[in-house]
Amino acid sequence: MANLQSDFIGIKSPNPFWLASAPPTDKEYNVRRAFEAGWGGVVWKTLGLDPHIVNVNGPRYGAIWGADRRLLGLNNIELITDRPLEINLQEIKSVKRDYPDRAMVVSLMVPCEEDPWKFILGKVEDTGADGVELNFGCPHGMSERGMGSAVGQVPEYIEMVTRWVKSHTRMPVIVKLTPNIADIRGPAAAAHAGGADAVSLINTINSITSVNLDHFAPEPMIGDKGAHGGYCGPAVKPIALNMVAEISRTPELQGLPISGIGGVTTWRDAAEFITLGAGNVQVCTAAMTYGFKIVQEMISGLSQYMDEKSFTSVDQLIGRAVPNISDWQHLNLNYVAKAKINQDLCIQCGRCYAACEDTSHQAIAMSDQRVFTVKDDECVACNLCVNVCPVEACITLEPMAEGTVDPRTGKVVDPTYANWTTHPNNPASLTAAE
Amino acid sequence: MAIGELVPGVAAGRLSPDKYAENFSDLHAPLDAHEALVAADRCYFCYDAPCVTACPTDIDIPLFIRQIATGTVDAAGITIFSQNILGGMCARVCPTETLCEQTCVREVAEGKPVQIGQLQRFATDHLMAQNAHPFNRAADTGRRVAVVGAGPAGLACAHRLAMHGHRVVVYDGNAKAGGLNEYGIASYKTVDSFAEREVSWLLEIGGITIESDKKLGGDLNLAELTDRFDAVFLAIGLAGVNALGASGQGKAGVRDAVDFIAELRQAESYAQVSIGRDVVVIGGGMTAVDAAVQAKLLGALNVTLVYRRSRARMNASRFEQDLAAAKGVRIITNAAPVEISGNAAVESISFEYMDDDLTPMGEIFTLRADQVLTAIGQTLGATDLPSLTRGRIAVSQDGRTSVANVWAGGDCTGLGDDLTVTAVAQGRDAAEDIHRALGA
Repeated sequence: MANLQSDFIGIKSPNPFWLASAPPTDKEYNVRRAFEAGWGGVVWKTLGLDPHIVNVNGPRYGAIWGADRRLLGLNNIELITDRPLEINLQEIKSVKRDYPDRAMVVSLMVPCEEDPWKFILGKVEDTGADGVELNFGCPHGMSERGMGSAVGQVPEYIEMVTRWVKSHTRMPVIVKLTPNIADIRGPAAAAHAGGADAVSLINTINSITSVNLDHFAPEPMIGDKGAHGGYCGPAVKPIALNMVAEISRTPELQGLPISGIGGVTTWRDAAEFITLGAGNVQVCTAAMTYGFKIVQEMISGLSQYMDEKSFTSVDQLIGRAVPNISDWQHLNLNYVAKAKINQDLCIQCGRCYAACEDTSHQAIAMSDQRVFTVKDDECVACNLCVNVCPVEACITLEPMAEGTVDPRTGKVVDPTYANWTTHPNNPASLTAAE
Repeated sequence: MAIGELVPGVAAGRLSPDKYAENFSDLHAPLDAHEALVAADRCYFCYDAPCVTACPTDIDIPLFIRQIATGTVDAAGITIFSQNILGGMCARVCPTETLCEQTCVREVAEGKPVQIGQLQRFATDHLMAQNAHPFNRAADTGRRVAVVGAGPAGLACAHRLAMHGHRVVVYDGNAKAGGLNEYGIASYKTVDSFAEREVSWLLEIGGITIESDKKLGGDLNLAELTDRFDAVFLAIGLAGVNALGASGQGKAGVRDAVDFIAELRQAESYAQVSIGRDVVVIGGGMTAVDAAVQAKLLGALNVTLVYRRSRARMNASRFEQDLAAAKGVRIITNAAPVEISGNAAVESISFEYMDDDLTPMGEIFTLRADQVLTAIGQTLGATDLPSLTRGRIAVSQDGRTSVANVWAGGDCTGLGDDLTVTAVAQGRDAAEDIHRALGA
């Protein structure tokens, strides 16, 4: 069994799976249960100044589901902790004392003034916590009061507050970023410039998950009204992965540690974040959906994967996919693939046919006996059939060998690499081609 | 008081009221809303779906399941009924394991098809519970059509004709409409008087008159009907039964399984229906299984179903065979009856083993029996009909017979399997052809 020991900006934990600052980490009771279940660390739910905020007394969550009502996306309008600061601090201290080997990071959100930050940092240091995370991401409620994502959307504010925090504490500082911006690299650079030890992302995405068609209001409804919330869960993972990758592949941000957040549900999701440059991951929705026990699968799964790949530490996995993240213009246009349907696995549902015939390239043939085959002379290898097939690995995309003729174009598959920048159809390449 | 299973002879009241109620409860409990959503989620919405091809009435199964999944169950019901107005009964009695569900791609992939029959029942029950007939009748055309036989084919034909605005008179030889749905299907497949309720619901379209206790060859003759009506649809089913061909078949205790099932279906209480202690059912079709299972449920101690060919050749589906076995019916195959013995009443019956080509093997065995139910096939049993082929009314694909303006469908024709759903399809399609003919 692989060693999953993690050291993220000097904060040690027995595995790289932390619970994100969110409802599951709001109280001592929950956090103790999480540590008993095996979580490597937690980011305690965001603390603020007293008088503590209040929450709505109606539904806080909305959701979307896949087949069998499997929760795919969760929308949340809960605010930061609604308990007094002192109680949270006492509980943090108590838990950290009993679980010294686990990471205890405390999320913070106070107004954009230096004194409140200085005040609360001192309080947190007294608990023995391992670090702080600055909540510049919360997109609902707190942002209306000039905090959360209202700070995270202005790089200058991020840099300013980060600088204050770094000057008032010896603890490592993680800056949590909002995805509700045009380009994640700006906020990440600002955190970096302010001296952040790491960034964590993504926080939740502005969302309305559904509309009540009887009352004509967004769900969840508080009485007869609804407000946008923050979206999380498996549905946001692709967005989060891209934002993590954007930071990882930016030369100016090289070496800025990242804590990956956004729809991590299984060990595989965690491994994907790590290969894109995350040093660890934070989880919330999966725990809220299935309970804390899921961490056992994450531990065993990542461990098996690392053993199979002969990795002996998580560090060896970090960023391993980053060199292969490319821009479209650098993709090899001479690479040619064709879809192949495995007839032994095919259950003849015909979804590939409907997808290709109705919405793509008419490259799948259907026989009277419902045998589906790819027409290589029409297939552009778009992968849609693979994606809509209900049977895993039934349809695959197979690269064509060098020197063979692509029946669609009649051209020999060229082993050399060639991309858009030098393509004759690219107006910008004309000069270079001459 | 229940007399129990051990009392010999043919006797009523073997079981307690609770036991009867338990035995004759719904074979498949209906899906609740949650179960229906879980089941609906399994449908892949196949292209040109094999289940639709396998359905004799071509119900758009992926569409109605998607309508269930998206919370529009009544729309799902309309999708079903627009192809098959008896979709409620078909959801209960169709051998889905040899039709839609056999071809479901998830049967191919996992051996577990989408529960199409149960989902169809969920949708049709839901819509029928609204107490509002979902279809409207077109303006009256002034044309009149006689339908002879109020079974599935006749009712489906009458409904479709009524939708097109024609006036329909449905004649039936029995007191109640419904045909085999009312008289010939196992009780546990259609509980709570569903067959009767379904007929009432179907008639809400308007324009249909039912005249009961009127039979072709009795009060009716074909020439007179063709004179009085613009078109005639014959859906008279199979009224005759095949003879057993074994000696001693006249002894007391030997009866036709169809009659037995009809008596059971019409009895006010199960306790009134007499059943033997040692029952032997002869036959291999759905009727044989329905009779054997119900004999067991009525409290017979031993029920043996004997079929002359192998299990693979039985008309009853594998599911039905397994159901019989699960209920405690012993199935003996490759044996044909030779002699029924006993004084006035049957006491035993002997069989001879046969190979699959019905060649006798020369070996005889005897079963104790105080009741013998025969289910060895039915015949037209009527005269004054259009031309026949192989003992059934000869028809074209559209149901046209040898007589002008006379169509036929259902079991009385040789077209297709003897299934409720097939009869519905033939009735519906003949109605469309009649409609075209009347419009010309």
